[in-house]
Amino acid sequence: MEYHLKTPLSAEDVKKLKLGDIVYLSGKIYTARDEAHMHILHEIKEGKKIPIELKGMAVYHCGPIVKKIKEGVWELVAAGPTTSSRMNSLEPEFIEKTGVRAIIGKGGMNKGVSDAMAKHGCVYLAFTGGAAILAAKGLNKVEGVYLEELGMPEAVWIMNAENFGPLVVGITAHGENMFVNLAEEIKKNEVEARKKLGI
Amino acid sequence: MITEEKIKEATVGLLQRASTTLPSDILAALKEAYEKEDSPPAKMQLKAILDNVDIAGKNTKPICQDTGVPLFYVKIGKVYYGDIGKAINEGVMEATKKVPLRPNAVHPLSRKNPGNNVGRNMPYINYKVTGEPWLEIIAFPKGAGSENMSALAMLVPSQGVKGVKEFVLNTVVKAGSNPCPPTVIGVGVGGSADIAMKLAKEALLRPITQRHEEPEIAKLETELKDALNMLGIGPMGLGGRATVLGVNVEYAYCHTASLPVAVNVQCWAARKSSCRIHPDGKIEYL
Ligand code: SF4
Repeated sequence: MEYHLKTPLSAEDVKKLKLGDIVYLSGKIYTARDEAHMHILHEIKEGKKIPIELKGMAVYHCGPIVKKIKEGVWELVAAGPTTSSRMNSLEPEFIEKTGVRAIIGKGGMNKGVSDAMAKHGCVYLAFTGGAAILAAKGLNKVEGVYLEELGMPEAVWIMNAENFGPLVVGITAHGENMFVNLAEEIKKNEVEARKKLGI
Repeated sequence: MITEEKIKEATVGLLQRASTTLPSDILAALKEAYEKEDSPPAKMQLKAILDNVDIAGKNTKPICQDTGVPLFYVKIGKVYYGDIGKAINEGVMEATKKVPLRPNAVHPLSRKNPGNNVGRNMPYINYKVTGEPWLEIIAFPKGAGSENMSALAMLVPSQGVKGVKEFVLNTVVKAGSNPCPPTVIGVGVGGSADIAMKLAKEALLRPITQRHEEPEIAKLETELKDALNMLGIGPMGLGGRATVLGVNVEYAYCHTASLPVAVNVQCWAARKSSCRIHPDGKIEYL
C-alpha cells in the first residue's frame, strides 16, 4: 500500500502501516543525529523546556548540507539519511520522552527500538541511503534551526516536507521489525554462500 | 608550467566532479542491478538511487550529503610541481564552499569542526613517483557509513585463501545494511597491517569491470562477488539480489609468518575523479 501522510501524525495514522508499505510524508520534519538526541534528552531530564514540539512529529536521522543565504534563510542542498543504528541506545528513551511518531533513517534499528515503538506507537521509515538530492527535493524548505552550535551535520534542522519519499515501512507501530526478520534469512543464505566458497 | 594555482584549480574541479557524478562503471552496474532485481522494495531503492544520481548530475549537486573526507592519490611524474600539499589544502577549502561539500573533518578527540575539511593530516595525500611526463591527481572522497564497516585481520598463514574468503564474507555480513549497499568491496591481502589496509582501499580505484591481471586473483574476485550476492542483504539492506556491485582484490608479498587481510567497504556512491596536469599547465580530466 502507498500512503500520503502529514505531520503531526496520530496514533491511527501510524498503526495502519504494514511492513513494506510506502509512505510519502508532508509537514514538519526535524533532523536529529547522535548529538541532538543526547542534548534533547539531557534538557528533558533537567526539566527544561525545549523550543520545538516533537509530539506526533517525524525525526529524520540526517546531517544535511545547508547553504546559508542570509540571516534566517537557508537553502537545503543535500539531505540523505545517516545510519540509524548509531542511535539504537538513545532512541527508546527519546521516543518515550518526546512522543515522536516516526523515525526516518537508513539501515534499520534493533529490537530494543522496535519494542519501544510498539509500546509508544511509533514507526520506522527507511529512506534510500545516499539519495540526498531526491531527499532535498521532498524536504523542500528549511524553516529554521535549533542547536546550530552543534555544527551543520549535528544541528536540528526544521524542514517543511512535501511528499518526502518513497519511504519504506521497516518497523511497524506493533513492533514488527523487517531488519530483524531479514537477519534470520541472511543467516540461512550465509550457509549456502559458505558452501559455494568451499569454507 | 604546473603551478600551485593550477593544482588548486584541479583540486576544486576534481572534488566538484567526484561529488556530483558517478564513474561510468558504477552507474552501469547500478542500472544492471535495477533491471535484474525482482523484489519491489529493492527495486524501489535502486530506482531512487538512479533518479537521485540523475538529478544531482543535471544540477551539479552532491550525490550524497556525506561528501566524505578528502583523500587523494597523487602520482608525481617528471615535472616541476611546487608545494602540492599546500595547493590541495587550498583547493579543498575552496571546494567546501563552492560545491558545497559538507564540512566533515573534525579533530578525532575534541570533535571540533574547523568547517573547511582541512586539519592535521587531512586532506590525506598518498604520493607515488612515476616516470610519466605529467602530474596525476585522483580525488577519492570517502563517506563514513561505508568506511566505518572496514576491517583488518591478521590471519595465520595456515588459514590461507579459505581464511581470506571467510573474513571477507564475515565482514560483509556484519556490515549488513549500514554501508548503503549495493557496495563495492576492496580487499587487500598480504604486505603488513598498514599495507593490507592501503591495498584494500587502492583496490577500489580500479574499475569494477576490470578483473585482476593474474587469473588466480581474478577468479577469487568473481567467486567472492557471486557468493556475497547470495546473501540477500540487498539494496539498503531491505533484501534483494544486489548486495555487492563488485569485488576487487590487490595483494603484496608478506612476511613468511603472517597473512594480513583487509576489507575496505565502498558504498554505491563510489565517487572518484582523476586528472592529469601537463607541463604546459593544461588540466586534462580523465
Ligand atoms: S555510506 Fe555512502 S551513500 Fe551512504 S550516506 Fe554514506 S557516503 Fe552516502
